[in-house]
Amino acid sequence: MSDRISKGVAESFATSEFLGEVGGMAAMGTKTTPAPLIPQKRQSFRRWFVDKGWRHVVAWAAIVFAVFPLLYILSVSLNPIGSLTGSNQLFRAFDLSNYERLFTDPAIPYARWYGNSLLIAIVTSVVTVLLCAMGAYAFSRMRFRGRRFGLMTLLVLQMFPQLLAITAIFLLMIQISDVFPAIGLGTHAGLIMIYLGGALGVNTFLMYGFFNTVPTAIDEAAKIDGAGHARVFFTIMLPLVVPILIVIGLLTFIGIIGEFAIASVILTDPNQQTVAIGLFQLISGFQSQNWGIFCAGAVLAALPVMVFFLVSQKYIAGGLVSGSVK
Amino acid sequence: MASANQGTTRQATSTGAGVPSNWGDDPFHKPGRRLTSGGLLALIVKVVLLAIIDALTVFGVWVLIAKGDWITAVILALVVVGVNYIYLRPGLLPGKYLTPGLAFLAIFQVFVIIYTGYIAFTNAGDAHNSTKEDAIAQIIRTSQDRVPDSPEYTVQVFKQADQFGLLVAEPGGDLSFGTNEQPLESVNGAPQGWDELNLSQVIRFQDEVLAVNVPISDDINDGTLRTSDGQKAYVYVSSLAYDEAADTFTNTATGQVYVDDGEGNFRAEDGTTLTPGWRVVIGWDNFAFAFTNDQIRDPLLRVTVWTFAFAALSTLVCFALGLFLAIVLNHPTLRGKKIYRVLVILPYAFPAYLTGLVWAGLLNQEFGFVNQVLLGGAQIPWLADPWLARFSVIFVNMWLGYGYMFLVCTGALQSLPDDIIEAGKMDGAGAWRIFRSVKLPLLFVAVAPLLIATFAYNFNNFGVIYMLTRGNPRFTDTTLDIGATDIMITMVYKVAFGSGGGRDLGLASALSILIFIIVTIVAVVSFRQTKALEDLN
Repeated sequence: MSDRISKGVAESFATSEFLGEVGGMAAMGTKTTPAPLIPQKRQSFRRWFVDKGWRHVVAWAAIVFAVFPLLYILSVSLNPIGSLTGSNQLFRAFDLSNYERLFTDPAIPYARWYGNSLLIAIVTSVVTVLLCAMGAYAFSRMRFRGRRFGLMTLLVLQMFPQLLAITAIFLLMIQISDVFPAIGLGTHAGLIMIYLGGALGVNTFLMYGFFNTVPTAIDEAAKIDGAGHARVFFTIMLPLVVPILIVIGLLTFIGIIGEFAIASVILTDPNQQTVAIGLFQLISGFQSQNWGIFCAGAVLAALPVMVFFLVSQKYIAGGLVSGSVK
Repeated sequence: MASANQGTTRQATSTGAGVPSNWGDDPFHKPGRRLTSGGLLALIVKVVLLAIIDALTVFGVWVLIAKGDWITAVILALVVVGVNYIYLRPGLLPGKYLTPGLAFLAIFQVFVIIYTGYIAFTNAGDAHNSTKEDAIAQIIRTSQDRVPDSPEYTVQVFKQADQFGLLVAEPGGDLSFGTNEQPLESVNGAPQGWDELNLSQVIRFQDEVLAVNVPISDDINDGTLRTSDGQKAYVYVSSLAYDEAADTFTNTATGQVYVDDGEGNFRAEDGTTLTPGWRVVIGWDNFAFAFTNDQIRDPLLRVTVWTFAFAALSTLVCFALGLFLAIVLNHPTLRGKKIYRVLVILPYAFPAYLTGLVWAGLLNQEFGFVNQVLLGGAQIPWLADPWLARFSVIFVNMWLGYGYMFLVCTGALQSLPDDIIEAGKMDGAGAWRIFRSVKLPLLFVAVAPLLIATFAYNFNNFGVIYMLTRGNPRFTDTTLDIGATDIMITMVYKVAFGSGGGRDLGLASALSILIFIIVTIVAVVSFRQTKALEDLN
């Protein structure tokens, strides 16, 4: 779902301004004006507050706003009462029964959902990365008729989310089911194919820009040494653009894990469904009863994504900065 | 050499990366020498992959021809021949790299858009979901009554994948087998490749077994065999007789005649129609319906206005909060800045689809945390009152989205050139003046394209709306499932796949086309702004 926004972030990661500073959040202090080594000793509280103190106040307010819903679901997930009403006193209990039910209740095949989500997201992101890298390589390193037109088309197409054509996708999948049931309606393979249709449009442009920053001198040298195009692509270009491959892969992964609308139309069998659909159905109509289990499921679903996201930020920045030519 | 020329001019433009002039239509090696530039392994992989694709295609073409769909069969065959040509002929390098991605793009992004345009002009939907032949068969099936003096057949239910069939022992003792699609044929024993259902399986697949409906002969008017318990079957015939020559249905009891009304239904003179109908092209009816029918015209207008308001306000509040926090935390010697920054962007790292669901619980009117704890037991209808629900949607989207704007603005702020700010200070501008007249305009230049992209994203931000409110509270002046917080894309989804009857794919497609037009306008405007196209080389 968050393709567009994610892409925006990656773009700003890729722009040099962003890189210099925010991308390397870890290296924040070093880049900006160095702090005066000896603070003014007689600084009054008033002056400190006007200069910096209020910033701490605002920051703490923002953090409370940002974090309390997250703490809330963590608290609910650990509360054995498990209903909406009984969940309002934070961190009163520590009990894993909600998590237990997630994996033992046969009516809630959470492990299946989780596996499905992982499978779909991993396959989609790996193939997306490969397809986009191939596309970007062609656009960046070759000159051919229709190249400019192709780039322009991709740029325009990325404005139109696939979701807009969901009725047509649904009917098309019904027809595919008639010929190839294995990749038709209700199959993971079919859903992955649909996601791959959106892959090139959203990401190739970003990757194209990154490929352009790798000097052609490198692949020309390899070419002179007798490497074929496939060898140049797989053994020289790809290793040089690993950071952007990881960025695109992660962003695709996060986007696909959270995709609800298309998946809900294509996957109808409960055992085939993803975490997003499963959790949605778990509390649609039964919000109060299943609240604790839902929160447990949400914690497990959100944790890896959030860790990925926060870790990758540093990695992305570091990778982009280090560059390819020594 | 023309391409060399182009190469150099391109180098001079924006990428700064030189491009070898002879990589293009002219491959690494002279054409015609070798099948592949890689080694033997690459060749093997290539040939195996192509062989698999070709084998599947032959199968697909065969199935399509068997179904009588010649056009699709020819298109599929031609496309795959083209793919083989690209990969087996030396050269055509760009084609080799672009084809896989473009194939998916062409089908699931470009073709489906065109297809949406076509569906918008049809009556596709729950009531019209197939071809006329299917509809006729379906009508006959659903209007069946048991023949009073039907003989009793002993049957066994068989299953293959998701298909069900009946093995029938006729009163005379002969065995025959058939499925819904395949009329009874005499057999010698249990059919190959089919599994017999035992009693518990019959109970488990009860609905499917009840739906098994095997035609006795090729003429469907002869009736079909149905079983209610998986053991005994009886002959059922339709109370509606289909006359193939006249293309009409006649009710055998009342004598009423139903004729094809040209709009995908069999209709009697008194206006009653038989269900289901079938899919036909109905021209501009869907668009006309959307713009003239009272049930949908006003709600559609309100939804459109709200979509713009939601997208604009969401972008604005996210940007405002993100920028504000970025400025607050953009202080050279602020202690704990690193930690603050990580904690502040946590909501952005939280999966979007969970955000709506979690906040729906937090904002629950009776038991939610916000009303019960933060507001001390108030009963504020955050999600039930139309205006409060709209406010809540924007608020929740702000929680989700300001982190992104915070990241962007922090980056932009830190990249502002120091010398201009210094110059401002030298001229005697105060902190506010510098911010207002120097930093903010520069910042806007940097983030304007991202603001437009965010607007476009929010315009179709299905996740937040659907997960938080599902578009509710519903409008009271229409029977359609449209509500105060619906944006256009959630409305399309609900019209096409919503719960309850009357799902209308044709109307949903027509609404999609309206969104396409709006998005296109936004896209044109944004491209004019960003001049992105000029940078292409």
